Formats: sequence, structure tokens, C-alpha cells
Amino acid sequence: MAVASERSSGEAIYEGSRIPSPIPSVLLVPEELRLGEDILEVNFGPNHPSTHGVLRLVVELDGETVVGLRAVIGYLHTGFEKSMESKTWWKAIPYAPRMDYLSFQANELAFVMAIEKLLGIEVPPKATWMRMLLCELNRVHSHLVWLGTSALELGAISPFWYTFRERDRVLDLFEMVGGVRMHTRYFQVGGLAEDIPRGFFDECRKFVEVMPGAVDQYEQLLDQNEIWLRRTKGVGLLSAEDALALGQSGPVLRGSGVDWDLRRAAPYLAYDQVEFDVPVKQNGDVWDRYKVHMDEMRESTRIVDQALEGMPGGPWIVDDRKVVLPPREELHTSMESLIHHFKLVTEGFRVPEGEVYLAVESPRGEFGCYLCSDGGPKPWRVRFRAPSFVALEATATLMRESLIADMIAAVGSLDTVMGECDR
Amino acid sequence: MSPQPVDTLKGFAVTFRQLFNKPITVQYPEYVRPVYPRFRGRHRLHLHENGLEKCVGCSLCAAACPADCIRVVAAENEPDNRVSAGERYARIYEINMSRCIFCGYCELACPFDAITLGNEFEISEYSRDDLIYTKDVLLAEPIKTVPVASKEEFDTPDPYYKLHS
Repeated sequence: MAVASERSSGEAIYEGSRIPSPIPSVLLVPEELRLGEDILEVNFGPNHPSTHGVLRLVVELDGETVVGLRAVIGYLHTGFEKSMESKTWWKAIPYAPRMDYLSFQANELAFVMAIEKLLGIEVPPKATWMRMLLCELNRVHSHLVWLGTSALELGAISPFWYTFRERDRVLDLFEMVGGVRMHTRYFQVGGLAEDIPRGFFDECRKFVEVMPGAVDQYEQLLDQNEIWLRRTKGVGLLSAEDALALGQSGPVLRGSGVDWDLRRAAPYLAYDQVEFDVPVKQNGDVWDRYKVHMDEMRESTRIVDQALEGMPGGPWIVDDRKVVLPPREELHTSMESLIHHFKLVTEGFRVPEGEVYLAVESPRGEFGCYLCSDGGPKPWRVRFRAPSFVALEATATLMRESLIADMIAAVGSLDTVMGECDR
Repeated sequence: MSPQPVDTLKGFAVTFRQLFNKPITVQYPEYVRPVYPRFRGRHRLHLHENGLEKCVGCSLCAAACPADCIRVVAAENEPDNRVSAGERYARIYEINMSRCIFCGYCELACPFDAITLGNEFEISEYSRDDLIYTKDVLLAEPIKTVPVASKEEFDTPDPYYKLHS
């Protein structure tokens, strides 16, 4: 991992670290201020429209300056990990996409690929490429929602309508392929649940043709808008060192000048066979994170385009009767298939004893899945590394010596999804 | 970092040009966009052509359901009053639609294609009790139907057994 050596045009806002050791995830009010009577404690959230869900920030203000900050989480805790441990491996798959409801495909992919790693299954190339295609569409979808809502919070309502126009097209594609618009459970252990429908390639190509122009349009709306510029440039600063020390990943890390992307650093799926750039910006402010998101949408569209071109044919799911449900037509003719079918649905397949950690680059950063199997039909332990949770730990550092009004911009730029953070 | 107020107006050019484009929104309750053929909505139970139920009460759907929202109680078929084509039939078949997550695992699990997920999505009710669908409700044609996009265009071809069974 290399920290980018040169900073853009010599106007680095600051260098080095602003966080003392040990790293605080809360901002404590200095002692001399605490003794005065001017500190105002404000509860920001959990039901505030601009907290991206149910995040509660306890902010201590000295005038308009934030001097104390504590993020309180857990309002959306649903016990996904524990629920998954009480289900068979197959039945746990629909749980995974429901954690981060904006990057469902990436969550599903991490869980399914971790099981495949434990089982030692090779996935057919068609499934691999289709998974990559859908994950990139998902990245576009997630970034569009982020852009729309973040701009909305800073007072720009128009981009919201424009971004949701393209988002709907992505969701239409998901509906065509997976049957539902959001939590598709289309990735199954061993490949894909169904074959790619007819007409998908044409519709997807239409989207690929439209998308770059749409990104330009969002930039025309925002890039020269004075309000947007003043509210994002130089706000919510995070240096490369701090971002690394706080374990950041994804657009937050790349916006701070660290060139790190799991898709390139540890290629999974077919990412080593497609061409794409990893956008990196140097200043670590909200503006740079915004620019990273915009460029990533363009790069993702490029990957989707290449995936459409290079999509191989062949089977979409591996033919392994001990793990994968047998083809439906065989249920009517083959007793053995019917027995396998009953056994897989009721008891589930067994996964060899062992533990595995597998990380994918979700739209928010490194989304990891840790699985522990005791050799039975249910996972013994499921745990996810949620990039949103890690991003929230940076709030205290971001908000050092800044104004309360900038908090919306700074916290919004971290792109947290509370469903994933609290799990 | 000294933007000109004139530059701010460039954003307005985009919104102004949009005035002359066709709107992408639709008037939803009056006009319903066709769903894709794979869309998973309200469940259906199916009958054979001779009027017997396809469901034989094997409870595989209940076993497959990740949300545990299906309840099946099976009973033996009487020779003079056959309900299903198999030895047994589902005396009680209930789906709690307020718990269902529409993952479609019941459809995958059913070895007889007795339960499928239809395309209807407007299934909200005023009472939670009404959301527990019984066998009669699931066997009946849905009252509200939605337009569905062409299967030839947007789905894989039907497997051979489905066309000849």
C-alpha cells in the first residue's frame, strides 16, 4: 500500500496526523471549556433526516464550534449475525443482503464467496462475470443514492431527482435478473440462482450508454455551484495517515490520498481481466470524497461495459449435487435428485470444519465476512466487517475544530449505512 | 476557490433544459408500470388440470422458509373425497404475509410446482389478521392483477417439463 507521494498543486491543507494516541472515536471537551458555562449539549438524531438512518450524535457546542462529539449507535441493531447462525447455510443467504440495504449484492457476494471458499467450490466463469457485473451496477446504485441524499442535505434538491432517475434504471435491471428490486438472493452457493434472462444485455447496454452522460449532468449541476463548493471544500478533513490509523477503506480512504482498492490489490471474481482505474484524490475533504464517488461511477460503468462484452457462456451454477439444488426438471424423473432436493432443503449441506475471512470491495469499502464452521449444516459463527462502522469511528477526527453546520457535510460524506453499521 | 456567481447559473441550465424533456415519472395508481416476468410478489397455490391440488402437504416450503412464515398441516386423502393428487394433502396451508420476505425459497423448494410467487405486489391490508393468507385465498385468482412484461423478451425460456406436465 503506497501513500500517494505528491499532493495536488502544492496546496495540501495539512499533513501528518491530528489524532493523539490512543486513537479516540469520541471527541472530548477540553477541561478548561468544560468548567465554563458556555457548552451546549445537543442531541443530533437518532431521528434526524440527515443522519443517514438512525445515527445519534451527541454534540457539545461552544458557540457554533463543535468541541465534543460522541456517536451513539445500535438503534438499528437487528441481530443479523446471530439469526444467520440459527439457519442453515442456504437459508442464511437472504439475510446477508438485508444488512447494507444499498449494497446488497456486495454483501451477498461476500457471504456466498466465503462459503464457497470453505467448501472449495470452483464457480463457472459465467457466474463469476455476472456477479462482477451486478456488483458494479450495485456500486453505481449505492453511489447514486449517496450523491442524491448528500446533496439534498446540503440544500441541493435537484441532484436527488436526477440521481434517482438512473437509480431506478439499475433497480429495473435487478428486478429483471433477480426477481425483486433490492434483496435479490441471486447469488447462490456455486453460482447464480437462475440463468441470465433474455433481453438483459440489451437493457444493460442501454444503461451503460446513458450513464456517463448522466454523471456529467450531475457534475454540471454541482461542480460550479457556489454553495456546494463552499460547503464541501476544506470541510471534514482526514489526512492519509489518520485514515490509515483509523482503518478506513473505500472512498473515504481514497479521498484521503491512499491508493488502495481490494479489486486491484487482491483481485477476486474477474477483476484482473478487466481494465479500470482507481480514482484517488489528495486532500481528504468532503469535496475529494465527492469526486472519488463520481469517478468511481464512471469506472464502474466501464467495468459493466467490459463485462457485457466479455460475458462467457456455459452453465450458470456448478453441478454439485451435494451443495446445489438439482435442476427442476430432474425432480419429476429422478428419485435420486428428489432425495438430494429434500435433503438439501430440510437439513442443508454440510460445510467442512474451518474458518475463513473473505473481503470484497463494497461501495463503502472493505466488506469482510468471517465464517466459522464446525462441520455442521449451520454456521457456527458469522461475523461481518462493516465499512460503515469503521467510517463512523472517523467522525471525531473529521469534526475537529469545525462548525456544527459542517457536520452534516462531513458525516454525510462518510457514506454510512446504519443497517450495516449496527447489523 | 473563488467561484463566480455566474458559474452557479450553469447548473440551472441543466434543470432548464429538462423542462423540454419527456417526464420519466408515471401517475402510479392510475398507471402501473409492467413488472418483469421474474418479479416475486403474492404467492399462488396451483391446481392440476383435473381440479386436484398440486400441493401434497410435504411441508418442504415451510422447511425452506428463512422467515418461518409458512404453516402446513397435512391430512390423508380419503378415496371418495380426493383433494390432492398425492397420498396426502394440505389440510391447513397458511402464509403470514407480514413476515414473508419474498425470497422465493418456497418456490424453489416445492418439488411439484404447487406454490409459485405471482407478480401482484399491492397486498397491503388494514389489519394484520388479513395478512395471514389461508389456502382458499392462495388458491383463488388474485383480485388485483398487475401488467407483466413479455416473458419472451425478459425471461429465460420455460423448461421442457413445465410445458408438458
